Amino acid sequence: MTIFDEELNALREKILKLGSMVETSILNAVKSLVERNSDLAKEVIKKDHIINALDVEIDEECVRLIALRQPMARDLRQITTAMKITTDLERMADLAVNIAERALELNEEPLLKPFVNIPRMAEIVQGMVRDALDSFVAGCTRLPYEVIKKDDEVDDLTVKNFEELLEFMLKDPKIIPIAVKRTYVAKYLERIADHTTNIAEMIIYMCKGKMIRHTTISGE
Amino acid sequence: MVENKYIFKIKDFSVYYGNFKAVSNVSLDIESNKITAIIGPSGCGKSTLLRSLNRMNDLILHSRVEGQVLFQGVDIYGKDTDVIELRKRVGMVFQKPNPFPSSVYENVAYGPKIRGMKKKGHLDEIVENALIRADLWKEVRDKLNESGMSLSGGQMQRLCIARSLAQEPEVLLFDEPTSALDPISTANIENLLQELQKTVTIVIVTHNMQQAARISNYTAFMYLGEMIEFGDTDTIFVNPKNKLTEEYITGRFG
Repeated sequence: MTIFDEELNALREKILKLGSMVETSILNAVKSLVERNSDLAKEVIKKDHIINALDVEIDEECVRLIALRQPMARDLRQITTAMKITTDLERMADLAVNIAERALELNEEPLLKPFVNIPRMAEIVQGMVRDALDSFVAGCTRLPYEVIKKDDEVDDLTVKNFEELLEFMLKDPKIIPIAVKRTYVAKYLERIADHTTNIAEMIIYMCKGKMIRHTTISGE
Repeated sequence: MVENKYIFKIKDFSVYYGNFKAVSNVSLDIESNKITAIIGPSGCGKSTLLRSLNRMNDLILHSRVEGQVLFQGVDIYGKDTDVIELRKRVGMVFQKPNPFPSSVYENVAYGPKIRGMKKKGHLDEIVENALIRADLWKEVRDKLNESGMSLSGGQMQRLCIARSLAQEPEVLLFDEPTSALDPISTANIENLLQELQKTVTIVIVTHNMQQAARISNYTAFMYLGEMIEFGDTDTIFVNPKNKLTEEYITGRFG
């Protein structure tokens, strides 16, 4: 293995580390809301700067590798993919912080109704994030295509969540501030799923050298 | 001037040195007014292929060819080819700058002179023009009578390019033209090639893959005498189709 290969491996490992930190943030943010655990929400907010620092570190490493190694072909695609993925991951962590902030507010209010849609969405999103990161390491499998497909399930649940809350709001306008915040949370999760879809699309680019973003068929 | 889209059509072409097949059944079309780069490890046949385009390999004992090289539709290995005329139309610049041991002026005027151009005024014009096109005029206008060998490496190489341009070639072949030059002279030559491309078709052999990536429109990758992959330079360096090409350009060869 060349030194350059080792550097590429180290970069991959950093992306995975960032990914697992982001995954934990999302998980804990949703947990802090569902389990009404404000300490956990504060922890998510507090730890975000670590994710930001790692994002910057990965970007710098990518620029360094491009400058010093002048990568070509699959190496070039892997490094440019890493740069884009890290931006998406960092944004996902910011959205987890937004969820935690809403949790802090909602935890002070009465529970409107038990959380059903949001935990379900979080579960799907978590699977998507994990599959996307796995496919970054495993390379060219069917996994990124599966990730892209799952985005629709999250979108559907976002709509369902909104419609249910809308009924509550129509019945009792006093609960609107609470209900709106709960729709925000669903929206944040939906955005996280979108970023994860971006990651999957970039991994397909990394593997196949073909950009499928903004095409109608985000499949094969 | 150039009319065909492809100035060269190389068809199932092979070159032998004795029993050794240096170029093996290569087919390749060279587009007019583009830069085509040929890359590949040492001994892959890229220089041999390049030299075949103006029959420089004729000078090597026991070399023979099979297949066709059509230049503007005519097989240059046909019986009627005037090789001297061919080498005027398809010029060549080598790795090491090799000006004649004479003045800057004489270096450039040499070709037109031996072809019978005698009028001083016309020769002056040709020399100035060639030196301007080679981006050397400003640097040597005041020392046209000084020895060509007194110039810097980069200037000497541009003098050699001017010498070729004075012959009004349709194609210029470059064999590692910057490998003996410093980065600034290299950048000058690279800019020059991209400028010349508007009027001359360029084929360049280079070991410097970044150079191929920087300046060429098309890239051909050769290995063991064979043409492994040919395509848009963008495609070759971002998303090559062949595994051998990928291994070579990512530096994981062998």
